[in-house]
Amino acid sequence: MKLNDLLYKESEWLKAEGPKSNVAISTRVRVARNVAGHLYFNRANSAARAETLEMMIKAIKKSKLLKKTLLVKINDISNLDKRFLVERHLMSREHTQNSEFKALAIEESEIVSVMLNEEDHLRLQVMQSGFNVMETWRIVDEIDTELERILHFDYSDKFGYLTSCPTNTGTGMRASVMLHLPILAMTAQIENVFNAISKLGLTMRGFYGEDTEASGDFFQISNQVALGHSEMDVLDNLERIIRKIIHKEESARGELFQKRKEELIDRVHRSYGTLKNARIITSSETIKLLSAIRLGVDLGLLKDITISDVNEVLLLTQPAHLQKINGEEIAPYDRDLKRADLIRQKLVK
Amino acid sequence: MKCNICGKREASVHLTEVVNDSVTKLHLCEECAKSKSDEMQTHFGLADLLSGLVDFGPEVREDSFGGAVAGAKCSVCGMTYSDFQRVGRLGCGKCYETFSGNLSALLKKIHGADRHMGKSPVRSAEHAKPTKDVQMLKDELKELVRREEFEKAALVRDRIKENETKAKGQV
Repeated sequence: MKLNDLLYKESEWLKAEGPKSNVAISTRVRVARNVAGHLYFNRANSAARAETLEMMIKAIKKSKLLKKTLLVKINDISNLDKRFLVERHLMSREHTQNSEFKALAIEESEIVSVMLNEEDHLRLQVMQSGFNVMETWRIVDEIDTELERILHFDYSDKFGYLTSCPTNTGTGMRASVMLHLPILAMTAQIENVFNAISKLGLTMRGFYGEDTEASGDFFQISNQVALGHSEMDVLDNLERIIRKIIHKEESARGELFQKRKEELIDRVHRSYGTLKNARIITSSETIKLLSAIRLGVDLGLLKDITISDVNEVLLLTQPAHLQKINGEEIAPYDRDLKRADLIRQKLVK
Repeated sequence: MKCNICGKREASVHLTEVVNDSVTKLHLCEECAKSKSDEMQTHFGLADLLSGLVDFGPEVREDSFGGAVAGAKCSVCGMTYSDFQRVGRLGCGKCYETFSGNLSALLKKIHGADRHMGKSPVRSAEHAKPTKDVQMLKDELKELVRREEFEKAALVRDRIKENETKAKGQV
C-alpha cells in the first residue's frame, strides 16, 4: 500500500455502517504510551529520538495485529501529504510540526493508526464508523496489550500509564464520538447539552468548518478524565451520555418534521439542488449544505443518495484532499471551482 | 463577525469549547486561524489551562522521611519543576517520582483523583505484590484520618478489609 492509494479507497469509518450512523459519524479511541527508560520527545535529543523511533518501528513490525501497515516517515512526505493525513484524522496537527524522527503507521483499512514520537512515544488510535465505543476500545486494548509485551511501557502503580502531559496520565485514553446534531444546533438546545456534559467529566468541541455558526452542526464529544476511573467506567459514562444526546437529536428531528415539515423539506431540497448545480462553492457552504442533506437522507426525503455518500463528500471536499485529487497545490478560488466539480460528480447520479 | 485576533477580517473559523462550566467561543479569520492553528490544536483546551494549574507555590519534593526537598531535579532527564511549569510537559517517567508530591496535587486538580484505577501492563500485573493495593489504601486511610475526613476514612477502611479478605481467599 502507498500513501496515494488511500485517496481512492473508502475509509472504513466513512461507510456509515456502524450503529446510529444517522447521527454519529465516527468513534475514535486513542491511548498514549511511552517506552520506559527513554526520555519523552520534547526532552530527548536527536540521537534519543532516533533510538526510540527505531525501537517502536521494530515493535510494530513484530506485532501480529499490525501486520498490514504502511509506515510513513513524516519528514519524507510533502506538506500537502501531511495536511491530507490530518484531514483523514490519521494523525494530529502537532505531529506535522518538528517532524524529524516522527512516523505514522497506518493499517490497511485505516481503522488503526499509530503516531510514533508525537508528544508521547506512541499514540495508538482506532477509528470506527458510527457510535461504537466499546468495540473501538476492544481493538485498542488488544493491540496495546500485544505491544506492551514487546515494548516496556512507562507505568507506575500509583499514577498508571505515564505520559508527557499530565492531562493524559493514568489510562492515557481519550475516547471521542463525532456527532451530527443539526436540529439540536438549530433549536439552540445544544447549549443545554454543552452545559450538561461539562459537569459529567466530558468535553465538547464544535467543528464549525470555516464559516458561520449556522454550519456548525458537527460536534466532537470526548472524555476529559484519565485518572481515578477505569477505562470501562469512563467509556460507559461516555456511552450513556452520548446515547442520550443521540436520542434527543432523533426525537427533535421527528418532532420538527411533524411541526415544520414543509420548511424542512424545502431546506433539504434547496441544499441538494445547490450542491448538484453549483459551479463555485466554498468549503463552509459545502459543509452547511451537506449537513442539510445528511439530515434529509435520514428523514427519508432523499432516496438516491446515502449517508455514506455524504460522509465521503465531506471528507473529499476538504482543501488537502481536493489538491491531492487534482495532483497539485491549488489556490483557494480554484479550489472552489474544483470542489463544485467534485460534488456534482459524486452527487449527480 | 470580525476576527477576535486581528479585528479586521471577517471571522470564518469558529470554535466552541466547554471547560468545567465556562463556554469559550473563539471566532477567527482564516489567516489568523492558520497562524494560530498549531497552538489551538495542541493547547486549546485542558492543556491550555495547565500553566494556570501548575502554578501553585514553590516545588516540593518529599524525601523518604516525608520532608520537603526544594529545587528537586529529575536525575534522569534533568528537568526541574519550574521547567515543567514553563513547558507543561514532563521529560521522562522518572519525573513522576521526582515531583510526586506536586504532581499528585496537580493531577487531583485536573482529574479529581491522583490514583490510577484502570488497566495495568501484563508485566506489572505479573510482578505486582498482592498486598500492594492494601498498602496504598492504608496510606490513604492515614492521610484521611490526619485531615479528619472520617466519613471517607470509614469507606477506605471497609475497602481495606474487603481486599484483605479477598487476598486471603486467593491464598
